Amino acid sequence: MTVPGESTGEQWVDDHAGPVVRPYAVTGGRARPVTGTFDLISLVTATRAGVSPEVGLGPEHLAIVALCQRIQSVAEVAAHLDLPVGAIRVLLGDLMARDLVQVREPRASAGLPDDSIFEAVINGLRAL
Amino acid sequence: MDYGRSERPAGAPPVPTAIKILIAGGFGVGKTTMVGAVSETKPLRTEEVLTATGCGIDDLTGVESKSTTTVAMDFGRITISDDLVLYLFGTPGQNRFWFVWDELALGALGAVVLADTRRLADCFPSIDYFEGRGTPFVVAVNCFEGARTYRLDEVQAALNLDPGVPVLLCDARKRESSKEVLITLMEHALKIRESRRRATPD
Repeated sequence: MTVPGESTGEQWVDDHAGPVVRPYAVTGGRARPVTGTFDLISLVTATRAGVSPEVGLGPEHLAIVALCQRIQSVAEVAAHLDLPVGAIRVLLGDLMARDLVQVREPRASAGLPDDSIFEAVINGLRAL
Repeated sequence: MDYGRSERPAGAPPVPTAIKILIAGGFGVGKTTMVGAVSETKPLRTEEVLTATGCGIDDLTGVESKSTTTVAMDFGRITISDDLVLYLFGTPGQNRFWFVWDELALGALGAVVLADTRRLADCFPSIDYFEGRGTPFVVAVNCFEGARTYRLDEVQAALNLDPGVPVLLCDARKRESSKEVLITLMEHALKIRESRRRATPD
């Protein structure tokens, strides 16, 4: 997309860009999940208390199942495993294909939220 | 496993609804500070990976061996109720990461544009972006020590904002102040929805 005010001479890499990584080593080089889209705030829940190692599942898969005993967003899973979101999406796709996790997409994908959500947020924030 | 009390109708999935609000503004303006001030945990960091093929016009001189770089986003979580979880995402500070903004802005309830009166121009791109997208936003002027204080109408004029856009002072380090900003944003978003409904009656 065209970006207003973007300078073409801008340096690509700076301190803010973070470290150089080889993020897709854990996914076996795959860049796209086998299933699912996985918004940053899609909520992930494990369907079982634990999974024993099996063919096709790496330690990161098992770590996600362990982490998602409590509901986590895709962003939280990525942050806790210290992996890029793209790699997490691939791993979650593997787990979803095996019915090891359930994923709930956010409301936005099903249309705009109604007013009651805004009111609930206002009341919830006031009560904090 | 703890299932707790549930008032959901039978058959509904036992998973809350997730929603998000964006915290935008220039680099160093206090986005992560505000996320941390209201979040129930310390801010977490997530990264998106960019590949060299997406770099296009960017100058890669000196980094030819580098095939990927990452964009970091800090975020926090507020559990509003059993049924509702609010995520706050600080947007990446640099303009070149717009594609991440598009993903972040999709489905967002609204955005806070944090401004620093010493570097007011830093928040122009954020304002342009949310105006262009039709995302409800408020401008929160983070009160840094040593910065001259301006009247809110001066800031509003300097930013050439639509008169309906709320502009307020805040201290991004303070929980109460940051809460107030978020509440103002949600009230503003509701107002916009009402006026849009009036504009297009069924």
